[in-house]
Amino acid sequence: MKLENFFKKVNGQSFMLSVTIGLFAVMYIIGMIVFASKGFSNLQVFLNLFISNAGLIVVASGMTVVMIAGGIDISVGSVVAMICMMLASFMEKGGISAPAAVLICLLTGLVFGLVQGFLVSYFGIQPFIVTLAGMFFARGMTAIISTEMISIKNELFLKWATAKIYLPFGGYVNKKGTMIYPYIYPSVVVALIALVLVFAMLKYTKFGRSLYAVGGNEQSAMLMGLDVRKVKLKAYVLNGFLCSLGGVLFALNSCSGFVEQAKGFEMDAIASAVIGGTLLTGGVGNVIGSLFGVLIKGTIETFITFQGTLSSWWTRITIAALLAFFIVLQSLFAKAKEKK
Amino acid sequence: MPEIKGRIKKITSHRLFLPLLCLALVLLFNIATTPDFFKISIKNGMLYGYTIDIINRASELVILSIGMTLVVAASGGTDISVGAVMSVAAAICCFILSGGEHSVSQYQNPFALGIILALLASLLCGCFNGLLVAKLKIQPMVATLILFTAGRGIAQLVTEGQITYIRVPGYKILGSAIPGIPLPLPVFAAVFVALITALVLKKTALGIYIQSVGINSKASRLVGLKSSAIIFFTYVFSGLCAGMAGLIASSRIYSADANNIGLNMELDAILAVALGGNSLSGGKFSLLGSIIGAYTIQALTTTLYAMNVSADQLPVYKAVVVVLIVSLQSPFAHKLLQKLKSRLLSGNSQRRAA
Repeated sequence: MKLENFFKKVNGQSFMLSVTIGLFAVMYIIGMIVFASKGFSNLQVFLNLFISNAGLIVVASGMTVVMIAGGIDISVGSVVAMICMMLASFMEKGGISAPAAVLICLLTGLVFGLVQGFLVSYFGIQPFIVTLAGMFFARGMTAIISTEMISIKNELFLKWATAKIYLPFGGYVNKKGTMIYPYIYPSVVVALIALVLVFAMLKYTKFGRSLYAVGGNEQSAMLMGLDVRKVKLKAYVLNGFLCSLGGVLFALNSCSGFVEQAKGFEMDAIASAVIGGTLLTGGVGNVIGSLFGVLIKGTIETFITFQGTLSSWWTRITIAALLAFFIVLQSLFAKAKEKK
Repeated sequence: MPEIKGRIKKITSHRLFLPLLCLALVLLFNIATTPDFFKISIKNGMLYGYTIDIINRASELVILSIGMTLVVAASGGTDISVGAVMSVAAAICCFILSGGEHSVSQYQNPFALGIILALLASLLCGCFNGLLVAKLKIQPMVATLILFTAGRGIAQLVTEGQITYIRVPGYKILGSAIPGIPLPLPVFAAVFVALITALVLKKTALGIYIQSVGINSKASRLVGLKSSAIIFFTYVFSGLCAGMAGLIASSRIYSADANNIGLNMELDAILAVALGGNSLSGGKFSLLGSIIGAYTIQALTTTLYAMNVSADQLPVYKAVVVVLIVSLQSPFAHKLLQKLKSRLLSGNSQRRAA
């Protein structure tokens, strides 16, 4: 069994991460070659990956934190929808100013995470069941707030949403002869800052390290003297906060709130984390990997838009196929490790 | 006195006590709010009424929860792809019968072929889930997540993103009724599936095998049971159940609506299993409990609809019920109750001493 030997020798963690980054690079280069005439190689196309997925980057990093601690959260899509709807209804119907509305939404996310975390860690209920209930609760709450779509017209909020930050390089000259520089929105900056903070937190703080310990082996973590339940609770609270922040960024991109919004978002977040090398069994993971997971998903979507004739559900099928591939790869590594 | 106490304890500690109590509570609530809840009338030889409606509408859920019970019992996980598999089965059946058109008034292919291929597709979905869980040892919920994501996409691919209508009277029969029989056909389908499953589990050792694998799969393997084959079987069976439920749901609306058939049914099925007094971490199970749970949930849904709660808002209440039930089942709550009990008892004895 040559293959088995290969799995034994290779360091699973860094191998998975390099597979992910390699996959992204290959996909992007293929896109550049296939869609060369449509301007795929334009820097703006690359930046658009970040612009349209700013919310997902933050949500996926929250998901990574929970998954490292050995849990999972499938309520994130519904929570994002709820946050968008809350923002829309606060600003348009409640007459609350944009900063106050955002603040209330972030607090709601914290509380949501607190309740879920409490049920998971102190009541000992399976995280999947708790967050499945959370998923339905948040989606239903969205419908209770309003069953009709609310567009956000708040001036300050739209200003945040559309303030272009131009990059000082990578510009090109358009047909009219003016130089156009690629740009990003503030939401991308917020998302990247959040990502870097979570990365540093996981790598350099005591809490970050205890997350890995708890996810790796709960029993040993407890024997080491860690308060396992508290660590798990904190992971869910952090995830709740990141989820609501992701929701705010999502709203900045969509500028509306409606019941069906962000459907399947939880799958995107989980798939991104898994494709990025986070183990479903806990204890292993990295937000940088998740970022590339998000970028891969974005690239598939860009392919479908550039191609033009493929329908949108191909995105979901491709993501599911990728998810299946990476999950199987993970289990092969796990099996090889067991035999060691 | 102690005799009565013992008898009460015997009744309350019975496995089906809690599920039946929940059902009774929901029904009692309805008597208070809707006076003609239990009224059954006969129109054109058919029975009508709230209760009949509940029994009829719960049929798909009953079939799903039977499959889900075995999955939970054997693997300690849940199959969250059932709703998506329902829509796949419906889409394939309608696709075959319509021959690729979006609305037909005549079968383009034999009826049996559509049913068989749809069931085969759902069987295949079950095999896929089973393979991931039993052979590759992936957490059940995560393994079934793949089809949960892809299932509706596949269904939409089959129907080309549109609703496929089969406007043939014969197609509606599975979801409505045969003239002359006062009860709708789905009720019989649910009872049929339940009876067959119960018979197979009772008459063969399969039921015990499933329990033993659920309690300790490693030990069962060492005893000589093929743990992974048994887990694989439960997922295949769950897929098949989802396929049957999907066909009934499709027949009700004589069409395949990839987006809405079986929507949110996975939560209802899990809830039914939990309500039935089954532990979600596997092992011992009660099929009857799950079935009672399924009817309870449908009763709850119908009740909420009767109270003018919209379909969009329904999940909020269901989610609250799920959390309450699983919290009550959790070890933490058990400890809390025990503490409370002992405190009350010690309080009594102190009083007696005084």
